[in-house]
Parts: sequence; C-alpha cells; structure tokens
Amino acid sequence: MILARVVGTVVATRKDPRLEGKKLLILKPVSPDGKDEAGYVVSVDTVSAGYRERVIAVAGSSARMAEGCKDTPVDSAIVGIVDEVHLD
Amino acid sequence: MYLGRVVGCVWCTAKDSRLDGMRLLVVQPLTPELQNTGKRIICADSTGAGAGETVYWVRGKEASFPFLPVEPPVDTTIVGIVDSVHVKRKAKTRGRKAN
Amino acid sequence: MLIARVVGELVATQKHASHEGRKLLLVQPLNLDGTDRGDAVVALDAVDAGVGDRVLLATEGFSAMTSVGRPQSPIDMSVIGFIDHIELLPDVSS
Repeated sequence: MILARVVGTVVATRKDPRLEGKKLLILKPVSPDGKDEAGYVVSVDTVSAGYRERVIAVAGSSARMAEGCKDTPVDSAIVGIVDEVHLD
Repeated sequence: MYLGRVVGCVWCTAKDSRLDGMRLLVVQPLTPELQNTGKRIICADSTGAGAGETVYWVRGKEASFPFLPVEPPVDTTIVGIVDSVHVKRKAKTRGRKAN
Repeated sequence: MLIARVVGELVATQKHASHEGRKLLLVQPLNLDGTDRGDAVVALDAVDAGVGDRVLLATEGFSAMTSVGRPQSPIDMSVIGFIDHIELLPDVSS
C-alpha cells in the first residue's frame, strides 16, 4: 500500500465496460511527512475520496479485493482516507 | 510488453527441470525507433525467434503462460516476432508536451 | 494504471495465439506534465485506440488479459480506456 494525495481526475467515456461508473483519480505518492514523491498512478476510488485528501491505495492484484472491484481490470484502488499520520 | 532484438542465446545444462528443452535467448530492449535501450536480458522463447530478429516480450507471471500447463520459473518470455513497426513521431521526442 | 499516448502500431504474424485479432499498439507512458515516462511499451488494444490518442494503460496481468478477453495468456499490458479529459490541481509537479 502507498500513502498518496489526490491531485486530479481522468475522464474516459470509452473504456472497459467493467470500469463504468467508477471514479478514476490521479494520485501522487507522498512521504509520511507529506512531501510529494516521484511518479503518479491512476487509481479507482472505492471510498469517495476528494481532491487534496490524503489516501492509502493498494496496487497490483490486491486492488481487486477492494469494494466493488472483484474481477474488474483495476490495478490500483483507493481503500482509505487518511485522517492523521503519527511519526515517532 | 516490450520491444527487443535477439542478440544471442544461452545454454545451460544444469537447470530447473521445467526449463528443459526451452530456448533461452539474450534480448536487447529497443525503443519504437528500434534504438537500443536499457540492459540486455535473458528471455525464454515461445515463438521460435532467431538471432537478429525483432521481437516483443512479456514480463512477470504472464511470462509462464505460453507454456501452460507446465509453469516454468521464467519471468520474461518472447511472445511474438515483429514484422514491421509504424511509428508516427520524431525520433527525438523526449520532453514533448502533451496538449 | 498510467496515462499514455499511442505512438505507433506494430505488425507480427508469428505470435502467441491469444494475441490474434487484437491490435498491437506502441504506447508511450506519460508523466503528469505530458513528458515521456521511460521507454515506450507494447500493449494490446481493448478500446480501438489509434495513433495520437491519449489512453489509460493497464500495467498488471489480470487487468490486461481480461480486458481483451484472453484470460491465462501472456499479456501484461493493454489499453483499457480512451481519455477524454484530465483535470489536475495546479500545484502538481510531474
């Protein structure tokens, strides 16, 4: 799982039918202290996340274990909205 | 999948029994403009590709699927021999902006 | 999934049977600012995309295989969506 923030959305009307009705968000990985890290990923939202929110996302085949993603072509899914990160 | 060119082959006598009879080729990854890119890798072959041929290869667990029902321990496999490539961009596009 | 642009097509006669009947596209993954992200890859086409289109690229096996309707086949990437529009926060670097 990665810690990331929501930075954008992707609109695609012509897509795999199993992706219909799913929100596609662009995530930017962040470090635990909130700094942007390199790269990005387009992820399916399963928890109604919004812009600027910090979230956790799962990657790979585990993404299909997220709510409503069973047997869908999803390789990254948002599974939680982060309230706080505590660092020692 | 990725583009590549067959530049050699590897022989091993002592190997996993599921690799028996399998051809192991050295592949140089290529850009769409057929320029070398990155390090050479060893690929299993499911197509009968030969030296110098342009091929495309698959990476990951999927690499073992051409050999089903046997599941050999391979992570890169050549799955097609490329006849031609049609690219519509200039060779130098690094840093090109999307609209 | 990644954002990518279709830069070309390739023709292969001798290939794995599961790839028959699907277009083979050369796809360049992109960064958020539109610059190239690494080298271009080969992907099967599930949405009838063409050269120049901005697309959604699945980079995981199951997603790639099932979107072109070929489970248990050697496919690790496919084009699963045609992007109409991308919206980004202004404070995002690539």
